[in-house]
Amino acid sequence: MEATKKGFDIKKFMSDNAMWFVLIVLAILLTIVRPAFFTVANLTTLVSSESVKGIITCGVCWCILSAGIDLGPGAVAALSAVVSASLAQQADLPTRLIGLHLPAILCIAVAMIIGGIVGIICGWLVACTHIHPFIATLGSQLICRALAKMYSSSPVSNLDQSFRNFAVFKVAGIPMVVFIFLIVFIISWFMMTQCRFGKNIFAIGGNRQAARVAGINVEKNLILTYMWCGLMAGLAGAMLAARTGSADPSTNGLQYEFDAIAAATIGGTSQTGGICKMSGVMSGILILGIINNGLVLLGANDNLTQVIKGLIIVVSVVVDMRKNAVRT
Amino acid sequence: MSEEYILEMHDIVKEFPGVRALKGVQLKVRPGTVHTLMGENGAGKSTLMKCLIGIQPCTSGKIIFNGQEVEFKSPLQAMNAGITMIHQELSPVPDRTVCENLWLGRFPMKNKLMCDHKRARQEAIDLFQKWKLALNPDDMMRDLTVAQQQMVEIAKAVSYDTKVVIMDEPTSALTETEVEHLFDIIADLKSKNVAIIYISHKMEEIFRISDDISVFRDGEYVGTDRAANLNVDKVVEMMVGRQVGNMFPKVDCPIGDVILEVKDLASGKSFEHVSFQVHKGEIFGFAGLVGAGRTEIVETIFGMRKKTAGQIFINGKEVNIKSPEDAIANSIGLLTEDRRGNGIFGLLDITDNTVMASLKNYGFPQNHKKMEADAVKWNQAMRTKTPSMRQRIMNLSGGNQQKVLLARWLLLDPDILIVDEPTRGIDVGAKAEIHSILTKLAGEGKAILMISSEMPEVSGMADRILVMYEGHMMGIVSRNRDGGDPYDSQELLTYAHGEKNDFAAAN
Repeated sequence: MEATKKGFDIKKFMSDNAMWFVLIVLAILLTIVRPAFFTVANLTTLVSSESVKGIITCGVCWCILSAGIDLGPGAVAALSAVVSASLAQQADLPTRLIGLHLPAILCIAVAMIIGGIVGIICGWLVACTHIHPFIATLGSQLICRALAKMYSSSPVSNLDQSFRNFAVFKVAGIPMVVFIFLIVFIISWFMMTQCRFGKNIFAIGGNRQAARVAGINVEKNLILTYMWCGLMAGLAGAMLAARTGSADPSTNGLQYEFDAIAAATIGGTSQTGGICKMSGVMSGILILGIINNGLVLLGANDNLTQVIKGLIIVVSVVVDMRKNAVRT
Repeated sequence: MSEEYILEMHDIVKEFPGVRALKGVQLKVRPGTVHTLMGENGAGKSTLMKCLIGIQPCTSGKIIFNGQEVEFKSPLQAMNAGITMIHQELSPVPDRTVCENLWLGRFPMKNKLMCDHKRARQEAIDLFQKWKLALNPDDMMRDLTVAQQQMVEIAKAVSYDTKVVIMDEPTSALTETEVEHLFDIIADLKSKNVAIIYISHKMEEIFRISDDISVFRDGEYVGTDRAANLNVDKVVEMMVGRQVGNMFPKVDCPIGDVILEVKDLASGKSFEHVSFQVHKGEIFGFAGLVGAGRTEIVETIFGMRKKTAGQIFINGKEVNIKSPEDAIANSIGLLTEDRRGNGIFGLLDITDNTVMASLKNYGFPQNHKKMEADAVKWNQAMRTKTPSMRQRIMNLSGGNQQKVLLARWLLLDPDILIVDEPTRGIDVGAKAEIHSILTKLAGEGKAILMISSEMPEVSGMADRILVMYEGHMMGIVSRNRDGGDPYDSQELLTYAHGEKNDFAAAN
C-alpha cells in the first residue's frame, strides 16, 4: 500500500482522466475527417453554443452529487428567460409585454432569483418532506414550463442590446456567455474543493446518515444545493434569451436538463451520489459539444445525434461502474 | 459520591408510539474503565446509548455528565462535550479520503470561506502518530478494511477531547489480530482516563476487557457488578432471566453415506485445491480467520461464484452448478452470511419471506392459502416470535429474522444445508435454539455445512472441521467422541494461523 503511493501512477491517471482522452481522440478524428473542425471559428462556435448547457450542468452536478437529481432546469430556464426578456425589451417598443423596463443587470438578477426560489422550494421538498428528488423536480419542470407559457404565449423578442451584450459582446473574439460559463464553472469548482459546503455535500451524497451523525445540517445543505442549481438554471435562461435575442416559452431549454445530466454522468459523476469532479464535468460538457458540433459538420441528421448521445451516456456509465466495482 | 462517576444516567424512560423501550433504567460509569452493557437484542442497550448522545431524546430521566446535568440535542453536542459513539454500522463516506472522513462536518478552515487542506492533513498525521494508528490520511475510505475504518472512527472520537467513548459491537467484523489491536487501543484510552462503554455479545472478550458489567433485559435494568465478581453463567442468567441449558446441544447421530464430494475445487485466487466429503447426518464445520476463503467455498458450491477448477459430486454423480437456481435444483440450500444484504426482503412480510425460495411450488395463479399455511407451519417449527405472519420481517429481531430464513430453506427440504455464520449478531437465547434446530436437522439425515468465526460454535457443533488459511486447506479434524473437549482448540488455532498444514504436499 505504501509502496505504490509514491511516484506517478500512470494507470490511475489514465483511468481518472479517461474522458479527457476520449475527448482528445474524438477531436483528432474529427480534425482528420473534417479539417474545418479544428479552426478558431468553429471551436468558438462549439464552446459558445455549449455554454448555456454548461451553466446548467454546473448546477445539476451538485444535485447528482448529493444523491439527488434535478429535472427542472430546462423549464426553469424557459420561465426565467421569458420573464427576464420581457423586462429587457427595448424601452420604446410599442408591443412590449409589460410596462416595466429594468437595467440589463437587474433583468439577469430577476432571472436568477426566479430560479433560486424554485430551487429553494425543490430543496425544501427533497430535504424536509423526503419525497424523491425525481418527483419533486418533475413537478417543478411541469409547473415552470406551464408558467412560462402562461406568462407569454408567444416568443418575447426585440431585446435591449445592453441585455443582449451579456451573452454576445465579444472580448478577443469570444462571446461573453463563454466567460460567464467559465466564471460559474470556477465558482462551482471552488465551492466543491475549497469550501466546507462542498465537503458537506460530498458527505451527504456519500452517506447521508454519517453526515447527520457528524453534525452536518443535512436539510440546510440540501436546500442550498437545489437553490444553487436553480440559480444556475435562472442564469442560463437569461443567457439563452440574451444570446438568441428572443425567449420562447415552449422551446427554450427543452431537454437541457437531460443534456446536463448526461454531461455530468459522462464526466464521472456518480448517480448514487458522493462522487463528482468538476474537471470531469467539463470533459462531459465538451464531449457532448464535440458530438453535437461534429455530427453537424459531418452532415448527420439530428436523430442520429440523439442515438449517439444515448449510447455514449450508457457506455460511460457502464465503464464508470466497472471502474468502481474493481475498487471494492 | 457522584464524584466517583464520570457519567450517571438515572430513571431513563424512552417511549416509542405503543412501546416502552426503556422502562426507567440506570447506568453509572467510572472514569478510566471499560463498562460493558449486556443484554439480548431488544433489551435496550442501543436505545439507551442513542438517548445519551442525542440521536433520540429520552422521554424522561436525568443524565449527569462530569458532575453536571446535561441533555444533548444532537451527536455533535455530545461530541463537543466529550462523549462519542462508534456505531455498529460504521458510517464512513466511502469515496472520500481518510482525512476528509476524519474531519467530517468540521473541516479546519483557513478563513471563513476556504478549507485548510494542509493543516487538516498534518493534524491527521499527528493524531495517528499520537495514538499509534497505522493510517494514511490520503487513502480512500472505500479501500480500507473494516478494522481500519474503525480506527478512523476511533481517531475521530479521540480527536475531540473525549471522556467517554461508546463502542457498539466493535469486534463483530474484525479478525483476531485486529481485535488485539483494538484492545491495545482500548487499554491506551483507559490509561488516559477515558471511559469506554462497550456493547458486545461475545462473552470471551467481555470478560477479558471489562471492569464493570451492566445487564439489561426487555428495557429494564437488571444489575451492575464488577466483572471480577461475575462469570459467564451468571451473566447469561441475568440476561435471559432463567438458566439457559446447553449452548451447544450437539447430539451424536448416525453418519450415513457420502452425499457431497468436492474435488480440487478452486475459484480464482480466493481458494485453491479444496477437497472434502460430507456425509448424511453430519455437521461439517469450516473454521479459519476472516478472509481464509470459507464463505467463498460455499458460495462456489452454491453457484454464486464462478468455479475455476475442480469437480462437485452429489450422491456420487458429478453436477455442474452455475447458479443458485441450479444449486436449489440439486437440493442445496444456503443461509447466507449477510442477512440484511442477501437474506431478508425487509419490506415483505414473514409469509412472503418464508416462501420466497419455493414460489415454483405454488402454481399459477399462486396458491396464497397454501403459502400462508406452509409459512405458519415452518415458523412454528422454528419457534419464530412474531405478533403476526403479516409482520414486515425488518421489524423482527435478528434472531427471529434468522429463524424465518431457516424456515425458508427448510420449506424447500434440501438434502444439503449450508449455513454461513448462522448466529452472527444474535442473542444467546436464539443462538441456542438455532443450534438445536441444526442438530435436529442433522439427526434427520441432512448434511449440514457450517461456517462460523466463533471457534466455540464450530467446535461445539461440528462432527468434523475443515480449517482454512489464506485460501488453502490446512487440515480436517474429527470430533473427539470419548468425552472431554470435542476438539483441541489449540490445534485448531495453529491450523487457522497456517502454522500447521496437513496438506502441504498436495498444495
